[in-house]
Amino acid sequence: MTPPREISYAAAIREAFATCLARDPSVVLMGLGVSDPKGFFGTTINLHLEFGEDRVMDMPCAEAGMTGVALGAAVNGMRPVINHQRLDFALLSMDQLCTQAAKWRYMFGGKERVPLVMRAIIGRGWGQGPQHSQSLQSWFAHIPGLKVVMPATPHDAKGMLIAAIEDDDPVVFLEHRWLHHLTGPVPEGHYTVPLGPTRTARSGDKVTIAAMSYMVIEALEAADRLAAEGIEAEVIDVRCLRPLDRESLIQSIWRTGRLVVADGAWASAGMSAELIASISESAFGALKAAPKRVCLPDCPTPTSPSLAADYYPRAGHIAAAVREVLDLPPNDADLLVPAGVELDKPNPAFTGPF
Amino acid sequence: MPRHLASASAAAALATATATSTAMTPMTPSIPSAQLELATSLLRSMERIRLVEEAIADRYSRQQMRCPVHLSIGQEAAAAGVCAALRADDLAMSGHRSHAHYLAKGGNLDAMIAEMHGRATGCCGGRGGSMHLIDRAAGFLGAVPIVGSTIPIATGLAFADKQRGIQRVTVAFLGDAATEEGVFHESLNFAQLHRLPIIYACENNLYSVYSPMRVRQPDTRAIHQIAAGHGLRTLHGDGNDALAVHALASDAAASARAGEGPVFLELATYRWREHCGPGWDNHIGYRTEEEYLAWRALDPIARLQKRLTDAHAFDATAYATEIKAIQVEIDRAFAAAEAAPFPANASMADHVYAAA
Ligand SMILES: Cc1ncc(C[n+]2csc(CCOP(=O)(O)OP(=O)(O)O)c2C)c(N)n1
Repeated sequence: MTPPREISYAAAIREAFATCLARDPSVVLMGLGVSDPKGFFGTTINLHLEFGEDRVMDMPCAEAGMTGVALGAAVNGMRPVINHQRLDFALLSMDQLCTQAAKWRYMFGGKERVPLVMRAIIGRGWGQGPQHSQSLQSWFAHIPGLKVVMPATPHDAKGMLIAAIEDDDPVVFLEHRWLHHLTGPVPEGHYTVPLGPTRTARSGDKVTIAAMSYMVIEALEAADRLAAEGIEAEVIDVRCLRPLDRESLIQSIWRTGRLVVADGAWASAGMSAELIASISESAFGALKAAPKRVCLPDCPTPTSPSLAADYYPRAGHIAAAVREVLDLPPNDADLLVPAGVELDKPNPAFTGPF
Repeated sequence: MPRHLASASAAAALATATATSTAMTPMTPSIPSAQLELATSLLRSMERIRLVEEAIADRYSRQQMRCPVHLSIGQEAAAAGVCAALRADDLAMSGHRSHAHYLAKGGNLDAMIAEMHGRATGCCGGRGGSMHLIDRAAGFLGAVPIVGSTIPIATGLAFADKQRGIQRVTVAFLGDAATEEGVFHESLNFAQLHRLPIIYACENNLYSVYSPMRVRQPDTRAIHQIAAGHGLRTLHGDGNDALAVHALASDAAASARAGEGPVFLELATYRWREHCGPGWDNHIGYRTEEEYLAWRALDPIARLQKRLTDAHAFDATAYATEIKAIQVEIDRAFAAAEAAPFPANASMADHVYAAA
């Protein structure tokens, strides 16, 4: 049997676009830089050559207006994907996305549909600082009418992006920049990953680690380290924040009795709070210990690399949280930074700037 | 003329036409003697900005500045010319490409370089980096990376000055892409409505990252005409001619100061290096080498130096001495930054709120 084809997360995104553009003439991509020589971190590279600049189009620096334009186009028969290189830029469009697009079907009595995708990149490191680093998934997940997805693997990136484009409701598709260079098996051609169910990234019986987006990678590393000590953690990839598959989490908690949530965002009023609240409401009796959150410190992102190291939670923080919920003594080794690892770089080859 | 240049101001077109003519030498009208001193100081101001930015570019690969940097090399005349037309207590704000504006307004060099190094001695205490500059003492009230976002804030500065009866002018520096944002239009409307003492200084360098004008704005109107549509007084010209910029900005500042309301200034210019980072990017294909060379021939520093030379007012020895002094200043700033402490980790969550 030939081993499955492996491609990068960024290439998987591009493949999803190419697949949808080829299958459905109503699909259009808009966004600052989607047709530029860098191709949106490589995720849209040269698609404009293949499908034309009318379907893969650059746009004015006008996030609010262009989101409304995309909404109008969606209402009028197209399937637009609007792209933002930073989630922070998408915040300019909150009215059009949250107050207009998200409500459209409902407020017009179910007669309308909004097949719109808003894609935004989140990231960390290399001085992203207070205004280029926000992970505001909980803002979008708070809004009925939006679907919010954060795939962690190349496979899910392609399958969920195709599903998002084919979906008849507005979908917010969030990618962590540090996932882009990771590779994994990705089927060729058309397939979808349903927007909803979680993915069990690793099975275990001692503790459930529920993680999102890039934190799934950190959670898996934490689980590896813990496994070496005989602690088997289950890692649940919460790849869709809305609709949220609470049931799979509840079932996992009934098996493990313990919960750590890893979210690369702030804790207060965040997705981690929502997950823990859901478990507390529905499976309180299954919990053998108080759940724990591994999130950002409660302040904006500082630019200095000296602070970034303490700012972004990583595998060690998750391992430490697992020890706490298991009532094990802390291990100083958890937070050691291995020699040569620079915590503000997605990979050793990276030399800035973003 | 390439189509994507068509919507740049007449000055840009003129400048390009000049640069691409056979001689490849821009026009050099002689400098009136009353302006020789001004021209000399503009040249020094531009040279200082360029030397600082080249030092940043040279040292970036050491990976001590771990943040995005957006250099204004090639665009120095706009910053120098506009700020020289301001008083020390006038205010300014900018965006992601703000080093030149900060320095021209009198911002502290040491604090800027330290900030880019993420140090506690930086102008934001290491919280901000290159895209977040502030020096209240110099009247530079902030620069942030979200495109267009300081336009309404600067408008608010002018609003407060007007309400409080403070005689002062505010400059909002912005790029061509910022004029596509809603807040630009909302701000201009409000500023004109209330006749605020503000100058919107737009450096039209034809690109938004790698996106040319052609994919962002219609070629049937110039940017300054949008401002005129809001009723603002507008001025536009060659943004690579520091004396011309200074004349336009002085005119704008005088009318804003006289209570005649906001003024929009469009300055045609060009960025030499890559959008973000220290390198060169003509090879990636979003702009032509030919276009770049045409603009490079309009180097604002070389042009002013030539005009001073032609006027027999360029003192090469004095200039060399000044450059040496600037270089010493820059070297000292980098050395100080590299030796400065990082912010204490315990201070991570400081400054989210006023101290209790
Ligand atoms: C709201 C927003 N959208 C997009 C970006 C990404 N971005 C950073 S700089 C830039 C280009 C801005 O072009 P312009 O205003 O002309 O200034 P220039 O870089 O040419 O000096 C863009 C689009 C951003 N920072 N903020």
